[in-house]
Amino acid sequence: MFQVLLFYFFAAVLVGAALGVIFSRNPVYAVLFLVLAFFQSAVLWLLAEAEFLAIVLVLVYVGAVMVLFLFVVMMLDITVEKIRGGFTRYAPLGLLITALMVVELVQVIWLRSSVGTVTPGFQPTAEGYSNTEALGAILYTEHAYAFEIAAVILLLAIVAAISLTTRRRSGLKTQDIARQVSVKARDRVRIVKMDSEKRR
Amino acid sequence: MIGLQHYLSVAAILFALSVAGIFINRRNLILLLMCIELMLLAVNFNFVAFSRYLGDETGQVFVFFILTVAAAEAAIGLAILVVLFRNRRSINVQELDSMKG
Repeated sequence: MFQVLLFYFFAAVLVGAALGVIFSRNPVYAVLFLVLAFFQSAVLWLLAEAEFLAIVLVLVYVGAVMVLFLFVVMMLDITVEKIRGGFTRYAPLGLLITALMVVELVQVIWLRSSVGTVTPGFQPTAEGYSNTEALGAILYTEHAYAFEIAAVILLLAIVAAISLTTRRRSGLKTQDIARQVSVKARDRVRIVKMDSEKRR
Repeated sequence: MIGLQHYLSVAAILFALSVAGIFINRRNLILLLMCIELMLLAVNFNFVAFSRYLGDETGQVFVFFILTVAAAEAAIGLAILVVLFRNRRSINVQELDSMKG
């Protein structure tokens, strides 16, 4: 019973945070609401006993991706009034489509499901079950190839992000390693033959 | 008890809200990226719920990969955003019409 209450509480905060993301005027507030939404999702996943993903969501998403978002939002000096001059003319249409989507999806989930309208809870996991251990056991064996592809995708993201945002500035005193290494002694030292001076 | 359908309902509401966000915030590119992140979160909810319902951890492994790809997408998207702002001094979607689309 306590878990049911917890689920409804955190789900309500999650939906409220999502509303905050899409309706807040200031992009910084929107990012902070998104952080709140990720925290609530992590708690809901903990309630579903998916502990590893809950921790990963907080560490990776809140710790890295959302901080990146915050950096970018604060780095670009955009004025709030200029970007949010009221809603677009598609806003009523969008809200209508959203309401339709919610009604249809919830109807399909609750009324047309083979489970029935009264859902059984998730099967409780066995004694001594470790979510992290179970995930690792199939991640590094069955899905090792996909795991390596994910690593390559992350490398690609690093290369793309750096090469996109790097800037060539003129007037910087940078080292050219190739020229430094390939330099020969005769490029730097010039030996001049000359007669010795006469003694006076 | 809280089961599959509750989680699917939360995911559906979250997904619909992020679609609404894309409709409403058609001016700010950062908010569009954030709505996409929210959408991916809703999809991850479905994977976690079905993984627990079926008792198969493969769904959670898939969520792991979705998180990876989403992080890469956010990094590249924000890099493009920064370059765009440096060149155009604006991230308003409606001003980005140099290709006359």
